Amino acid sequence: MTAYLRPATLAEAVTARREHPDYVVLAGGTDLLVGAARRPPPPGILDVLGLAEATGIRHDEDGTLVIGGMTTYLALLESEVIAAELPMLRACAREIGALQIQARGTVAGNIATSSPVGDTLPVWLALDATVELVSASGSRRVPYGELITGYRKTQLGADELITAVRVPPREPGWAQHWRKVGTRRAQSISKVMLAAAAHVTGGVIRDVRLAFGAVADRPVRARAAEAAICGQAVGAGAVAAVRAALAGDITPIDDVRSSADYRLRVAQNLAARFIAQL
Amino acid sequence: MRPPGQTAVGFSLPRVDGVAKVTGRARYVDDITVAGMMHGATVRSDVGHGILRAIHRDPAFDWTGVTVATAADIPGQNVIALIEPDQPALVAIGNTIRHPDEAVALVCAPTRARALAAAAHVRLEIEPLPLVLSVEASLHLKQVLHGDDNIFARFEVKKGAGTSAAGIDAALAAADIVIEGTYETGAQEQMYIEPQGMIAIPGDGGIHIIGSLQCPYYVHKAMVALLGLPGDKVVIQQSVTGGGFGGKEEYPSMIAAHAAILSLAAGAPVKLIYDRDEDIGATTKRHPATIHHRMGLLRDGTIVAQDVDVIIDGGAYVTLSPVVLSRAVLHAAGPYRCKDVRIVGRAVATNAPPHGAFRGFGAPQTTFAYERQIQKAARAVGMDPVAFRKKNMLRPGDDTATGQVLTESVGSEDVMAAAEKASATPLAPSDDQVRRGRGVAFYFHGAGFTGSGEQRLAGRAQVALTAGGDFEVRSSSTDIGQGTLTIFTQIAAAGLGVEVSCVRVPEPRTDDVPDSGPTVASRTCMVVGGLVDRASRKLRGRIEAWAREHGHGDAPFIAAARAMAAAEGEVTADAQYAPPPGIEWDDKTYTGAAYPVFGWAACVVDVAVDVDTYEVTIERCVHAVDVGKAIHPIIVKGQIEGGTLQALGWGTLENVVYRDGRVANRRMTDCIVPTFADAPEIETILIEKPFSFGPHGAKGVGEIPMDGPAAAVANAIEDALGVAIDEIPAIPERIAIAARGLSFSTEGPHTP
Amino acid sequence: MTIEFRLNGRAATVTASPWRRLLDVLREDLGFTGTKEGCGEGECGACTVLIDGEAVNSCLVAAGQVSGREVTTIEGLGGDALHAVQDALVRFGGTQCGICTPGIALTAARILAREPDADRARIRELCAGNICRCTGYQLIVDAIIDAAGHIKSEEP
Repeated sequence: MTAYLRPATLAEAVTARREHPDYVVLAGGTDLLVGAARRPPPPGILDVLGLAEATGIRHDEDGTLVIGGMTTYLALLESEVIAAELPMLRACAREIGALQIQARGTVAGNIATSSPVGDTLPVWLALDATVELVSASGSRRVPYGELITGYRKTQLGADELITAVRVPPREPGWAQHWRKVGTRRAQSISKVMLAAAAHVTGGVIRDVRLAFGAVADRPVRARAAEAAICGQAVGAGAVAAVRAALAGDITPIDDVRSSADYRLRVAQNLAARFIAQL
Repeated sequence: MRPPGQTAVGFSLPRVDGVAKVTGRARYVDDITVAGMMHGATVRSDVGHGILRAIHRDPAFDWTGVTVATAADIPGQNVIALIEPDQPALVAIGNTIRHPDEAVALVCAPTRARALAAAAHVRLEIEPLPLVLSVEASLHLKQVLHGDDNIFARFEVKKGAGTSAAGIDAALAAADIVIEGTYETGAQEQMYIEPQGMIAIPGDGGIHIIGSLQCPYYVHKAMVALLGLPGDKVVIQQSVTGGGFGGKEEYPSMIAAHAAILSLAAGAPVKLIYDRDEDIGATTKRHPATIHHRMGLLRDGTIVAQDVDVIIDGGAYVTLSPVVLSRAVLHAAGPYRCKDVRIVGRAVATNAPPHGAFRGFGAPQTTFAYERQIQKAARAVGMDPVAFRKKNMLRPGDDTATGQVLTESVGSEDVMAAAEKASATPLAPSDDQVRRGRGVAFYFHGAGFTGSGEQRLAGRAQVALTAGGDFEVRSSSTDIGQGTLTIFTQIAAAGLGVEVSCVRVPEPRTDDVPDSGPTVASRTCMVVGGLVDRASRKLRGRIEAWAREHGHGDAPFIAAARAMAAAEGEVTADAQYAPPPGIEWDDKTYTGAAYPVFGWAACVVDVAVDVDTYEVTIERCVHAVDVGKAIHPIIVKGQIEGGTLQALGWGTLENVVYRDGRVANRRMTDCIVPTFADAPEIETILIEKPFSFGPHGAKGVGEIPMDGPAAAVANAIEDALGVAIDEIPAIPERIAIAARGLSFSTEGPHTP
Repeated sequence: MTIEFRLNGRAATVTASPWRRLLDVLREDLGFTGTKEGCGEGECGACTVLIDGEAVNSCLVAAGQVSGREVTTIEGLGGDALHAVQDALVRFGGTQCGICTPGIALTAARILAREPDADRARIRELCAGNICRCTGYQLIVDAIIDAAGHIKSEEP
C-alpha cells in the first residue's frame, strides 16, 4: 500500500525526504501522473504541492527575485511582479499546456523533470537563474545550467528538494524575448523554444543570452552564437553572425513532432529575428 | 414557446439529449457496470507481417482468475464479416499477421489493472516476413499480400474520349493548356473524444452487446457469423456514443467480437475499453491517397478534359476500402462541366492497420486534388479563382462525369455567390512577420449510398403509438453527436402533427428496431429521416381513420391517439426505402445517377503564414453549404463547423506518423487535433435548395463540410507564399521545405 | 488510506490508494461517472474537475492530494437547476456527442467565476485544454458568451 505524506513545513519535508528516499516527490503531477494507472504504485508519496515555504514570489534584499519551487504557472501568470520584471517568463507560462496544466504544474516540477522540451527551462538559462536545493543537512544554490547534466538528468540529490529559483537582478536596459514554436497554439509540445536576453547600449550588443529548448538533449545556451555577436553593433552583420554560429550550438533531431532540419532553420530564424529587432 | 406540429421542422429546439449530456447523466459505455463484470485487454502483434508460431503465457505470472482466449475459442467463423471475409477476429497459430497492432489473443480479469498486467505477460512467437509499407512497394509486388496483384478494388469512370487511355491522351493533347499535378493526402485519425469500447453479456444461449458504435446491424451481422448464433440470439445495443466520424462504423465489430469471445470463454460479462494509445494505434483512419491529375483547358478557361489516377492505401485487409474508393472516384472530376473524363482508382494492400471510414469517405482526398488543380488552372489562364469556378461549374441540366444529369436541388450558383461575396472583403495586408493569402474551394458531395446501394439495402423505419399513448421512433440510426434523436423527434412530430414533447426516440437496440441501414454516408436525415417522415404520416392517417370510425372524429388528435392506444394496444407504421423515380445507376459501366442528389459547398479561407516558423494561422473561414432544408438550423450549423475544423486540421496539423507500418505518435499529445485556440471563427452560410425526395427538402450534410476546406487552406498558403502546397497536412516542416529558396525579412528582401 | 475531502459541497470519505488517479476514484469508487476519460494524460480535458475552484485534469491528480480540498464535478455544478453555462450549452448547440461537455462546462464555469468579461479570444485561450472534436468550438464559445451575459444580468 502506498503511503502518503503531506508535510506542513519545509523542515518536515526534508526530514521525510531523507527518511524515505524511495517515495515519489509529487507536486502538480502534470508529468509524473501521465500513465500512472499503468505503472506499479510507488511505496509512498511525498506531496509537496502547496508547501508554504516553497510557494510564492518575493525579492531578496539584494534584489534577487525568488520564485518558490511550488509556484504554479498560473500563479506566475497572475503575478504583477512577474509581469513587470520577467515578461519573458510570463509569456512562457502562458503557453504551457492550457489552464488545467497551468493551474497545477510548478516551477520546481519542470526543473526536476528537466525534459528537453520543458518550457520554463530555457528561461532560467537566459536569466542566469540559480536553483535552491534544500536537504536535511543544509542547502545549496546551483546555476540551472549546471544542475542539468543530460537527457532528463540533473544533479539533484536523493535527499534534496527544489525550494526556489533565484533570478539575479540585472541593470536596466536588458531586452527580454520569448518565442515558443509548438505543434499547435495550445496544449502543445515545443518543437523549438527561444528565451533570449540582450543588453544593448549605444547600438552595441554588450551582453546576450540565447537559450534554446527542444533542439538538443537538454535546454542549451547557444554560446558560440552569443560569442559571435557580443560586442558587435546591432544590424545585419550581427544577424548574419548569429545565424552562422548557431548551427554549432544545437543538435536537433528528427522525431514524431518535427525534423532536425526544421528545428535548426527555425532556431536560426528566431535568433535572427530577436537580434534584428534589438 | 415551442411551436407544435409542422413548425417543429426548421426550428432549433434544445436537443433532446442535451440536458443529460451537460449534467453528466448520459451513460456512455465506460459508465455502465454489469454485475459480475470482468475487464478485458487485447494482446497485439508488434510486428507488421509474419507467421504466428506460438502464444506463450509467462509461467512466472500469477494467472489466477485470468481467462485467456485465442482464435481456438471462437465458436463460429474466425472472421469480421463486412465486405470480404478476409479479416480474422484473432490471428490463429500458423496464420499470417498482416499489420502491427493486429489482435492475437485476449485476456480478462476481475480488474482492468490485472487484465492489462496479464496481457503484458502473454508472449508471441512470430516468424517475420518482409513488410510492405507503401503503395509503390505493394504495386511492385515486393510481397503478395492480396490476390495476385495486391489490389483490393479497382473502379473506372469513363466519359466521352475518356473511354480509352489513348482517347484521353488525345483529348489532353488537343487542349491549349494542360495542368498536371500529383497530390498526396495523409492518414487522419477520427479522434472521437470517447475511446472505443464494448460490454458483452452472455446468457440465454445468446449474447447481449452494449457499446459505442454507429451501426448496430453491422455488429449484429458480424456477431452472427463469429459466434455461430441465430440472429435472434444476438442483441446489439448502442450506448450514448462519444463521437464517431466513421471511426465507429466498422471497428466496433472487432471490439464486440473480442468482448464476446472473452465473455463466452469466461462465462461472465466482459467490458473492453480501449486506452487512447490503443485506439490510435489499432483502429481505422482515413485512407492516405496519391492522386495524379491532368486537366486540359482552352485558353478561355474552359475545362475540356480530365484524366485522374487515384490510389488509396487500404492497409492490411479489404474492410471498406472498395466503397471508399468508389466514392473517391465518383467525386474525382469535381463539380465541373467536362466532356472528356477518365478516372481510374485502385485500393492497394499494405501492412498498415486497415484504413477505413472517416467523414467524407474518399471524397476529401480527390477533392483536395481537383481543387488544387483548379487553383493552378485559374492562374494559368489568368482568371480570378472564383470567376474560373463559376465559368466551369455544373448547373441544372449539366451532367457529371458519370453522365448523371442534374435536375433539382443544385446549389452551385448560390454557394459560389456566397464565396464571391466573401472574396470581396479585402485580405489583410502582409507584414514583416507574416505573409497573408486567400484560398477558395468549391465542391459537391453525393448524399446517401452510392448507386443502387439504398435499393439493395431497402432500409426500414417504424413509428409507433405505444400502448401508453406516446409516440416512439424506431430505427437503427444512431445519434453519435450529430443530432439523430433530435431531428427524428422533429420529423416525426411534424409528420404526426403533434408537439415534439409527445415523441420519444430511444437509442437503438437490434431486438427493438428495424434495420434502417448504417449511420453513415450523410444518409441519416435524408434517407432514414425520409422513412420516419413517411411512417409518421402513415401512422397519423391510421389514427385519424380509427378516430373517425370509433366516434372520436372531433377529438383532438392526441386524445384520439390515446383512445386508440387504450383500445387497440400498440399501433405501428413502417416505411421502407424506395428509390426516387428516374434514378438509374449501372454498376458495370459506372454510369448514371451515382447519387440521388448532391450537396454543394464553397469555402473561403484567409491565412497568415509566419515567415520565421512557417506556422499557419487560419484567420478567417467562410463556409457556404447547400443542405436542401435545415431541419434544425443549429444542429446543421454544428455539423458544418465541426466538419470544417476537422478538414482544416487534416489540411494543416493532423499528422499521423508511421514507423514500420506502426503508428508512432499514438498519444493525443503528439497525434494532435485543433484546440479552441487553433480554430478560427467560422462563418457558416446555410443555403436551402430543397430536394423533393428528402424529408421537408433536406439532403445530406454530415460529410460535405469535410471535403473542401483543406484545399482552400492549401490554396491560401500558396497565395501567401507563392509556392505549391500539394501534400497535406501542410505542417510547417513541409511548408519550410516548399519555401526553401524564398527569402523573408531577416534573411533579406522578399522574392516570391 | 482514508481520504476525506469535500465533494460537490458535501463531506466525502473514501478509502483508496493515494496514488490512484482522482478520476478513477470519482468514477469507480464514488460512482460520479459524469467525469470522463478521453486520454489519461492531461491532453483532452474531458476529466476536468474543479479543485478549490480551479480547473484541473483529474487524470493527473493523485487521490491523496485532494484530502482536505473542495472538489466540484459536473454532478455538483448546477445544483437543482442547470448552471447558466449548462443551460447555454444546450440552447446554443454547444454539446454534440457530449463526452467533452462536462469538462467544458466546468472550465467555462471557472472562467465565468474568475473572468466574466473574457472576450471570444480569451475564452478560446482559457478553454484550450478542453478538446472537442464535434463542434468546431464556435457554438461553445457562443454559449459561454451568452452564459456570461445571463450571470451578469442576474447579479445586483
